Amino acid sequence: MSATTAPAGRLPVGWAVIAGKEFADHLRSLRFLILVVVLGAAAIVPLYFAADAIRASASQVSGAKAIFLALLDLPPRGLSVPPVYGFVGIVAPLLGVAFSFDAVNAERADGTLARLVAQPVHRDDVITGKFLAGLAAIMLVLVSVVLVIAGFGIARLGIVPAQGEIERLVAWLALTFVWVSLWLAFGLLLSVVLRRAATAGLAGFGVWLLLQIFGQLLVGLVTQVVAPVATAATEQQAVALQNLSDMITRAVPLTLYQEAARVILDPGQTAVSTPATVGQLQQYQQQIPTLLSLQQSLLLVWPQVVILVAMTAVCFALAYVAFMRQEIRA
Amino acid sequence: MSADGVSVVPEPAIRTRGLTKRYGGLVAVDHLDLEVRPGEIFGLLGQNGAGKTTTILMLLGLTEPTAGEVRVVGLDPARRPLDVKRRVGFLPDSVGFYGTLSGRQNLRYTARLNGLRRDEAEPRIDEVLALVGLTDRADDRAETYSRGMVQRLGIADALVKRPDVLILDEPTTAIDPLGVVEVLDLLRALAHEHGLAILLSSHLLNQVQSTCDRIGVFAAGRLVGSGTVEELAASFGLPLDDIEVVVGVPAAEAPAVEVAIRTVPGVTDVVAEHGARDDRAWIVRVEAGRDVGTMIRAIVQAVGERPLIRVGRRRVELDAIYRQAFARTDAGRREEVAA
Repeated sequence: MSATTAPAGRLPVGWAVIAGKEFADHLRSLRFLILVVVLGAAAIVPLYFAADAIRASASQVSGAKAIFLALLDLPPRGLSVPPVYGFVGIVAPLLGVAFSFDAVNAERADGTLARLVAQPVHRDDVITGKFLAGLAAIMLVLVSVVLVIAGFGIARLGIVPAQGEIERLVAWLALTFVWVSLWLAFGLLLSVVLRRAATAGLAGFGVWLLLQIFGQLLVGLVTQVVAPVATAATEQQAVALQNLSDMITRAVPLTLYQEAARVILDPGQTAVSTPATVGQLQQYQQQIPTLLSLQQSLLLVWPQVVILVAMTAVCFALAYVAFMRQEIRA
Repeated sequence: MSADGVSVVPEPAIRTRGLTKRYGGLVAVDHLDLEVRPGEIFGLLGQNGAGKTTTILMLLGLTEPTAGEVRVVGLDPARRPLDVKRRVGFLPDSVGFYGTLSGRQNLRYTARLNGLRRDEAEPRIDEVLALVGLTDRADDRAETYSRGMVQRLGIADALVKRPDVLILDEPTTAIDPLGVVEVLDLLRALAHEHGLAILLSSHLLNQVQSTCDRIGVFAAGRLVGSGTVEELAASFGLPLDDIEVVVGVPAAEAPAVEVAIRTVPGVTDVVAEHGARDDRAWIVRVEAGRDVGTMIRAIVQAVGERPLIRVGRRRVELDAIYRQAFARTDAGRREEVAA
């Protein structure tokens, strides 16, 4: 404890230290256990019921279609359980919010925030570190689960992934990475803006529920009013109304994710939306079933991916700005 | 105690000039000029909401000043926050720790954030834990700590980085009386033996008076007075040379004693006070310029054969200064409103 000047330089990378501590906290926490159980169930349940269907189609198509990816995108037969990617699309927001809704406000309530920002780290390191820690925890489990699915496919069903399929799998993981990030950033925003963790959690889950259940209902309602496809007099009108209805559905972010995931995981998907004209529609219907390359699939869903990335950036930026402008008071 | 005897006055560790913070129309801190030198404990005294915490946040670069200048260890906290924060230990008001981590793990996190290597951090953590007397409980989860232990861990946490400056916001709240004495002794040792500059805020008068070398009285965002207790008393026009006399006589004899004291040359006023048990106590006011020692001798003679319990210069109490300071600010504010 001398009055001399402390040695200069050698300051740690603040966000890395914070992320490391938060990640370690996550691994020890109860919510991590819940994450493992939920994602594990998301993978194992559909896979279990889909196994027969996959085996059956495997013998028919003999490698022409990307059979390995069917592990992830084939819905279980005779059951109203979504395929793995559908399940991930639904639970990822929940997990994202669960890992960030109390990131800042709980520290504020516990009196640790003032102490943390009084250390020689930039204030944005706090936000960045917490965001990355949550992302790392969720992706760790997600990647593990996907590896388990792949292992199951190889060992029990004898389906070995081709190189192209592995690429698609990685692309889908990257897409899911963005999807989880969006909800983590949203949870983080809530944790900054709402002073009570319980309120933030409730708000986050409320928004999720709203979009998940009522979002579909509302969108359905709106499309029926604005774009009543059934009432179309001509084919042109029907196609136009269908297009409009597609656009309205995309107001729900989950639609964007599911469209993108479906196209990325299934090379047989050659369109995300209804063709714009009747001529194109006819062309599309007469098309010989083909498989797209990953590049072409990505091209098809690029708008969806860009919008998801943009929404994530906006949420994170809002959280960041709100946190930077906030007073640090216990 | 003060730096009076030191020939070379060290560069101030904390210095503010005209520091001002406004929140909309509310002025939280109003043209504050403050100086804290190494080896000195400076006490910020003020009511809740007087602007103490806002001042501290500006010193740490956690809030930007609206106007004025701040220098902490010679640096501007708003421009070089990291360099300031690595040399300033801070104990926030109602400090907290991560409950699921042990006290030691909490300190380890702070050490890592300050870039301490593991081999330098570990002995350092042991040292500060011993300083605050938490060695035995260091490996228990922080959520099992009492409020006083949390406060002491907070002081240890502020010391881990080997700071040159220590800023403590209400450091002794929630610590039991015995713990307070230990903490204050520790702070005195840190300042006077290790040369740290310590700024502490408090609304507990006794502690501030007994610990701080200099005191700044804060009211409505303004520093209405600063200096040692004696300097403050002088600046608020409080008499320094009052003499307290306690005589062990029954109530019936009290008027006689009072008259006897009153007749001593140089005595201007005698005010009866409550004495303990059968004792009678008076505060004797003397003419300005009289030697207190001579006056005391004269009073002793006047009391004569009666049992004299105590006589001596009355200690200036900080609460008198405090009341005076707030009476003034209130009056000033009323004038402003009226004008």
